[in-house]
Formats: sequence, C-alpha cells, structure tokens
Amino acid sequence: MSITLDNIEISHGSFTLSANFKIEEGHKIALLGPSGGGKSTLLSAIAGFKTPDHGRILHNDTDITSMPPAQRPIALLFQDHNLFPHLSVEKNIALGLHPNLRLSDAEREIVQDALRRVGLHNQGKKMPSELSGGQQQRVALARCLLRDRPVLCLDEPFAALGPALKREMLDLVAEIVDGSKTTLLMVTHQPEDAKYITDQTVLIADGVAHAPVDTAELLANPPIALARYLGT
Amino acid sequence: MAHRTQPIRPIHFILGGSAFALLLLLTLGTVAALWYRAEITSSLTPADWAAIRFTITQALASAVISVIVAIPTARALARRNFRGRKFILTLMGAPFILPAIVAVLGILAVWGRSGYISDFIANFGLGPLNIYGFGGVVLAHVFFNIPLATRLLVQGWSSIPVEHFRLAAQLGMHTTDITRHLERPMLRAVIPGVFLLIFLLSVSSFAVALALGGGPKATTIELAIYQAIRFDFDLAKASQLAMLQFALCATIGAATIVIAKPMHFAQGLDRRAERWDARETRYRIVDTAVLTVVCLFLFLPLASVFLRGIVPLFTLPAPVWVAAFNSVTVAVLSAVLSVCMSIAMSAFIIRIARKRKTVSQVMEVVGFLTLAASPFVIGTGLFVMTFPFVSPFAIALPITALVNAAMSLPFSLRVILPAMTRAEDHYGRLADSLGMQTWGRFRLAIWPRLKRPVGFSAGLAAALSMGDLGVITLFAPPDVATLPLMMYRMMSTYQLGAAAGVALLLVTLSVALFWIFDQGGRLEHNVR
Repeated sequence: MSITLDNIEISHGSFTLSANFKIEEGHKIALLGPSGGGKSTLLSAIAGFKTPDHGRILHNDTDITSMPPAQRPIALLFQDHNLFPHLSVEKNIALGLHPNLRLSDAEREIVQDALRRVGLHNQGKKMPSELSGGQQQRVALARCLLRDRPVLCLDEPFAALGPALKREMLDLVAEIVDGSKTTLLMVTHQPEDAKYITDQTVLIADGVAHAPVDTAELLANPPIALARYLGT
Repeated sequence: MAHRTQPIRPIHFILGGSAFALLLLLTLGTVAALWYRAEITSSLTPADWAAIRFTITQALASAVISVIVAIPTARALARRNFRGRKFILTLMGAPFILPAIVAVLGILAVWGRSGYISDFIANFGLGPLNIYGFGGVVLAHVFFNIPLATRLLVQGWSSIPVEHFRLAAQLGMHTTDITRHLERPMLRAVIPGVFLLIFLLSVSSFAVALALGGGPKATTIELAIYQAIRFDFDLAKASQLAMLQFALCATIGAATIVIAKPMHFAQGLDRRAERWDARETRYRIVDTAVLTVVCLFLFLPLASVFLRGIVPLFTLPAPVWVAAFNSVTVAVLSAVLSVCMSIAMSAFIIRIARKRKTVSQVMEVVGFLTLAASPFVIGTGLFVMTFPFVSPFAIALPITALVNAAMSLPFSLRVILPAMTRAEDHYGRLADSLGMQTWGRFRLAIWPRLKRPVGFSAGLAAALSMGDLGVITLFAPPDVATLPLMMYRMMSTYQLGAAAGVALLLVTLSVALFWIFDQGGRLEHNVR
C-alpha cells in the first residue's frame, strides 16, 4: 500500500500548497507546521474533500484524485463534530458499517467489540452529550476501527485534551494502527506529539509540504523553516 | 463574573425606564384603556366568530403552505452552488422590507381578474380567477412568507457542522441517509419556530386582508377592528376584538418563545457545505425545477409592478409627492425612536442582568411584546386615550410614527441587544479597568461596535414604517396620506396604473432609506 501525491497543488483562497512525495505503508507520519500552513488542507485533499488544482493522487497505482470520499482507502477524524448528537454511541459507531443502521446480530457484536477496544464497554446506550471530550473521540476512533481503512488520518482530534489524556489517546491510536498495519497521518502543531508517536514527519511551511523524513532526526537538526516555527 | 462592578446609573434608569414605560403604555396601557372604555355588554356575535375562524384558518393555511414550499427550496439552495445563488438569497430577504400593498398590487397583476394568468386561461375558455377572499389572502401571505421561511431554513442547513457532511461522505451515506441523520433532526428543531412565526405574522397582517379580504366570509379580526371604528364608531366592539386579538397573538408569541430556538437574522447564509451525495442527476433536476417555479412565483409579481409603474412614475400628481414627504418623515422619526428605545432598553437590560438574571429575562420578553400586540390594538388604544383631548385626525402622522416605532422594536432589539452584550463582554471590562465612565465609555468603547447593527436596524425600521398600511388608515383624514395609503385609495378606485407608479416610488424610497441608514452604520468611526 502506498499513497502518492504526484505534483499536486491545492489552493485555498489566495493560499496555495504544493506537495510531491510518496507515503509508504505502515508508517506513522506527523504533519507538522504552523497553523494556517495548510496541514488540514492537505488532509482534506487526500480524504477527498478538496480537489487539487493540479496533479494526481494515487493509491497504489490507482488514480483516486476525483474519487468520492467514501470510496477512498481513508478514515478521517476531525477536530470536532465527529459524532451525530442525536444518535447513541452505539448507533454512531454502527454508521461505520451501514449508514442505514440496519445491523445483523453479528454486526452488533462487532460494534460491541469496537467499544471494548476503545475502553468504553457498557457505554453504548449513552448519548454523545453524556460523554467527556476524550470519550467522544474514543467513540469516533471506534468507528474508524470498524471501517478498517488502510490509512487513518487525524486532524488534531485531541487538541482540546489535557496532556495526560492526550498521551492516553495517542497510545490507543498507536495500539490500533500497529495492530492492523494501518498507515497513520496525524496533523499536529506540537513537536512533542510528533516525537511521542510518529516515526516520520512531513514538514508543512511556506506553501510546501516536504517529503516525509525521520521525526527524531528532523527535530534534532531542524531546517530553517522548522527552527523558526519551533523558536529554536 | 462576580466582580463586575459597572453600576446602574440614574441615566440608565431614566432612559431605559422611560423606554420601557412607553412600551408598556403602548402595549398593555392601550389594552387597559380599551378595557376601561369598553363597557362590554354583548357577547361575541356570529360575525365575530366568523372573523376569528377566518383569521386562524387562513393563518394556518399560510404557515403550512409556506413551510412546505420552503423546505425543498431551502434544500436546493443549501446543497447547490450556482451562479445567481447569492442573488436569490439576497432577494429572499427583500419581502421583509417590501411594502405589503405593493406585493398585493403585484399579485393582482399576475393572479387577478385581469391578470396574466386569467388572460392566459381565457384562451381555453376558463373563467377569470377570483383572487378576493380566502384564496387571495393565503396566496399573498404565502408570497410574503416563503422567502422568510426559506432564509430561516437555509440558516438551519448551514448550522449543521460541515464536518457532519464530510463524515456522511466518508461513510458513503446516500441522500436518504443524510435526510434521516442530518436534515430531519435539524428541521425538527427549526420548523416549529418558523411555523409559529409565519402563523403570527399572518394573524396580525392587516394590509393584505384589507386589500384582498373583506365581506362576511373573509374578514380577519384586525379588519373587523378597523371596520368597527372606521364605519360604525363602535368602540366597545373594537376593544372587545382588540383584546381577543391580543390574547391570540400573545398565546402564539408565548408558544414561539417556549418552543422555538433562537433564530438569528442576517448571518451565516454564505456558508455552504459541499454535498457529494447530491451530484446525482435526479436531484439536480428536482432542485432546478423547485427553484425555477418558486422564483417565478416570487419575481413575476414584482417584475410586473416594475413594468407597469415605470411610465406612470414620471407623471405622478402633486399630492403623491406630499404623501411621499409624509412617509419619509414618519419613517425617519420612527426609525430614530425605535433605535433609541432599543439602545436605552439594551443598556438597562444588560446592567440588570448582572444582578438579577430573571428580571432581565422578563424585561427582554417585554421588549418583544409588540410582536403580540398588533398595531391596530395599539392604534385603537391610542385613539381611545387621545380623542377626549385632541382630534385623532390632527395627530395622525405622529401617532403613526410612534406605533411604527413600537412595531419595529422587536426587530431592532433583537439585533442591538446581542451586539451590545458582545461589546460589553469584550470591551466593557477593559473600559472599566481604564476608568472610562458614562458618556465617554459609551462613545469610545461601546458605540463603535454598535453602529453597524444600529444602522441596520434603523434601516429596517425605516423601511417597515415606509411600507406600513395600518394605523394610518384609521386616523388619516381624506386630505392626508402616506404613500401606501395613497396606493390603497388608488387601487380601490381601480387606478391601477397610477398605483403602480406610486408603488415604484414607494419601493425606491424604502430601499433608499434602508440603504442610507445601513451604509451610515458602516462609515468609519471618527473619534476625536
């Protein structure tokens, strides 16, 4: 499995972001850079919410540049609004199997299993509003589990959580992706998050998304654009 | 929050208090005056019951039809992006400041006895349409309220987080799933408020009933009040009906406050979520068809007024210009009064809210009382209060300005109160910490954040007043008129061409007034 960004250019208002690199299977990759630098824009393009003005996006050898979001090999977690407030936790997760929510008994068991894996067993009947912010994102993660896509994209879903809770969530994410050989793409503006969980980092600054490099090395010897952002 | 020390100064009590006093006098005071005068002996006659029945059924029908048409229209606008979408959304805001009598003239031109449609079906040997009565009243109300309902529903659609539509796209939801999981919950929350608002507006609308209703079968309560005073001078009957109307409107108003979620005017219409599901051809066809039909329905009457009015506009008789002067004067007066009352009341409410939350909430509801009190109730009350001292006919215009100010108060309060609350929240404490006080504090810290909403609501109030055909019909002696009244008089003597000319002048002046006030609020603030 690989995702290739073949000379893509995405514009967002007056701002343009270009990228030209390949993402290999099994890596955990941070998208690091200043806010407003285009991190979320890049994820949106990969997930199919934004069409690049130029270039192609390939999944293995298939061109997915204009494929609808649902058919792409990607599950994406947003910063906010990942759950429908009027549906119970179980139903929110079950949407990952069938948007019409008609489930067989076996599928119901799968939902319960996903709940257990994110540490929320017996909470399935609750409504999202009864859960804490961290628990809500766990539910959203559980749904990503069910969808079982080769690439998991996180658009800063843990930004609002405290440091301890955030580590806990990152551990859970690492456990999930390691167990299923999923490739992780994670937007962050915290270098410590990148260091904590990822092995590679894509630096996004000044309108360019650079090819992924080793996270530890990058942070040890930051190029000028990164050094300016880090303030070192 | 506990340390907010901005005190309630005497000036807040005096200005805010008198604004409230005036409002209470106009709403509850006028009802009390009627109650005192009435000496009600007779119970309701069959004709009164017929008026009540007609008022409610036509309002129900208007609200139901408006909402039913608005749902697919708003959905099409929410999920399509096309050239002209912004233009349509802007025009959907226009009926709010479109004078009712102008709309009636346009509707007559299309649906009337000698309108386009009657002419067309005559080719097939079908008789001319009869627009007077139930059908016509409902048609006019639907014409007015489809745009309002559509705008409110489009806002509902844009209140659904964009992430939810993206999530739906990721999960491969079809349009039916999106309807079920995203749109229906939103509609369930938004529609009751929209429905009640239209119901209330249709119950209290007068100009439409005056022009298209009438007779024993199609008389609304408002119209019956007008007739009782104007033709029979039966104050007891008028006050009895006025109280009935107040009770009816207050009930609906209370239901609106309880059931409806707060709705925001003039915001968030441009945020449109990308819809991957709606790209299918059949949805394109449905949306295109809906928008075409609704736009024809809305724009044909307006276009016809424009076409018929453009020539007579240049040959308007002199009395029209006098009426125009009256209208503009009344509109400017009532706009200034409405905005000043709103500012005084807002400042008072905000300061009381810091000490006693419930008191301030009650005061806020009082601010919206005129939504329940119809202008006719107020007009009738003022009539009863003033006529022992001064001939009501002599003060027709000032009274109209006063009533119009009260009628636009709910709208300006709705715009100004939140803006002032925000300004106080963001800059009030900063101003306090800098030791800014009273007038300087207001001028330097609050007013710069307030002038845009103030300009907007003044424009709205002026336009509403320009187009009002209400109390003025009650008080105006034959030689005094405003533009809407002049139009009505021309229409009742079938001078439709001249009426169209006046209509065009009226619309132009309304829009111009709105624009001037609104732009005035956007001028760079010059602090010396």
